[in-house]
Amino acid sequence: MEKTWNNKAWFMVLPVLVLVAFSAVIPLMTVVNYSVQDTFGNNEFFWAGTDWFLEVLESDRFWDALTRNLIFSAIILAIEIPLGIVIALNMPKKGIGVPICLVLMALPLLIPWNVVGTIWQVFGRVDIGLLGRAVASLGINYNYVQNPIDAWVTLIIMDVWHWTSLVVLLCYAGLVSIPDAYYQAAKIDGASRWSVFRYIQLPKMKRVLLIAFLLRFMDSFMIYTEPFVVTGGGPGNSTTFLSIDLVKMAIGQFDLGPAAALSIIYFLIILLLSWIFYTVMTTSDAQG
Amino acid sequence: MMTNKQPLSQRLSWLVPTIYIVFLLLPIYWLVNMSFKETSEILGAFSLWPQNPTLGNYRVIFTDPSWYSGYINSIIYVVLNTVISVTVALPAAYAFSRYRFLGDKHLFFWLLTNRMAPPAVFALPFFQLYSAFGLIDTHIAVAIAHCLFNVPLAVWILEGFMSGVPKEIDETAYIDGYSFPRFFAKIFVPLIASGIGVAAFFCFMFSWVELLLARTLTTTDAKPIAATMTRTISASGLDWGVLAAAGVLTIIPGALVIYFVRNYIAKGFALGRV
Repeated sequence: MEKTWNNKAWFMVLPVLVLVAFSAVIPLMTVVNYSVQDTFGNNEFFWAGTDWFLEVLESDRFWDALTRNLIFSAIILAIEIPLGIVIALNMPKKGIGVPICLVLMALPLLIPWNVVGTIWQVFGRVDIGLLGRAVASLGINYNYVQNPIDAWVTLIIMDVWHWTSLVVLLCYAGLVSIPDAYYQAAKIDGASRWSVFRYIQLPKMKRVLLIAFLLRFMDSFMIYTEPFVVTGGGPGNSTTFLSIDLVKMAIGQFDLGPAAALSIIYFLIILLLSWIFYTVMTTSDAQG
Repeated sequence: MMTNKQPLSQRLSWLVPTIYIVFLLLPIYWLVNMSFKETSEILGAFSLWPQNPTLGNYRVIFTDPSWYSGYINSIIYVVLNTVISVTVALPAAYAFSRYRFLGDKHLFFWLLTNRMAPPAVFALPFFQLYSAFGLIDTHIAVAIAHCLFNVPLAVWILEGFMSGVPKEIDETAYIDGYSFPRFFAKIFVPLIASGIGVAAFFCFMFSWVELLLARTLTTTDAKPIAATMTRTISASGLDWGVLAAAGVLTIIPGALVIYFVRNYIAKGFALGRV
């Protein structure tokens, strides 16, 4: 659509600007302040320069948490995206099955995140949980409280449970927008199931898949509540992701300087990701 | 109608979503199952369904103010947030979809970065900022804090819907002598009603599921139900039954909302604006 140049449009954006600035810019400035200052209490601050940034960047703690975060994101993407595609492809296209599938599948998305954590914490327990019991009865020694591998497996299954539906719904929306004529043409040509998928469905889903991929990457990169409830970052530090580490540092230990520096580094990583996201989005918009 | 013999793989395709839904529902069933049991039964005997079904856990929640007020608090700030987010997002989305102005692209990108900002980064500064304004432990504090990620989202979704409305409609209305506010309220808003529905749904959803900020900004008077759940650890150990019942009750509003907007969800997702 051709847009007119009109600087008065700023007035319409003003309410949003004020509100988001209040919620984002002022707090962010506080963080910047803390990240370059040190204090001995009594509200007396002095300049610390880049000390905190260096401290964070040189600490194993930061790199370990970042690595864990990246591995976690990679694993859940590798599972959720293909699984979401397969489920979306097999969903009913019309009839009573559609609303039933949509409502039931969207259910996990609407559960408060700490309740998701609680559900899985209980579900996985060997003494009172169905999953824990079932796995234990197979003779597998499973205990997510003590064994890091089990903790990881539990968190990954939980995330798959929680968020695969988002991928499914996005892919499904992409699929239903394909006109029937495409499938009929493919049928006349005698196209195989695979080539229908490869040359009709996949290209049509490209855009929504991209969004699903980036949304899942970013949200899993910020994950906090669910692992906090299920494992509390343990056993040891094996499931301490960046967010958990940050909250521990800022509110638990009250190490404001390093916490603020870590916040800014964390935020810059996210900023870089959203820039890539935005660029990819707008270029695919331009291509139609 | 043609009755082609379908290949086996197609006739069995319903199995895939079915198995997936069973996988989704099992943990939820387990929570519901627990919520109808006495805590002693939960810890004592392992059973797939309650042997002595009891409503006692729900009774605790509906009679103890510290429980049910959490429920009310959550709903108050979620609704407040949804209303604020959609109201301020409407004119902004209109500006983005209709006009070009100085710095519009940068502004849009900056708004989006807030959707991507990790709440953990904001927890501490939010606490200090809202303390300074004396807003700690009020519903409005949580509602405004959640605007951080909901306003950008609402602008994004609404902008998508508004761009789908042809510009000629605006121009015709102006020629017919409509003033801008009257045009906006009488003609434009009804046209994008489903977009407003989708935006409100997602604002509701993300405000309802968020806990980190809501918990940081509240102590007692505005404490959300989800945060109340974290304090079931009493002297006698964890009260699993009540915890499960509270969990079940937090699922219900979401389920209701999904049911009402089920037809719009696919539309909102189709725009890829989530």
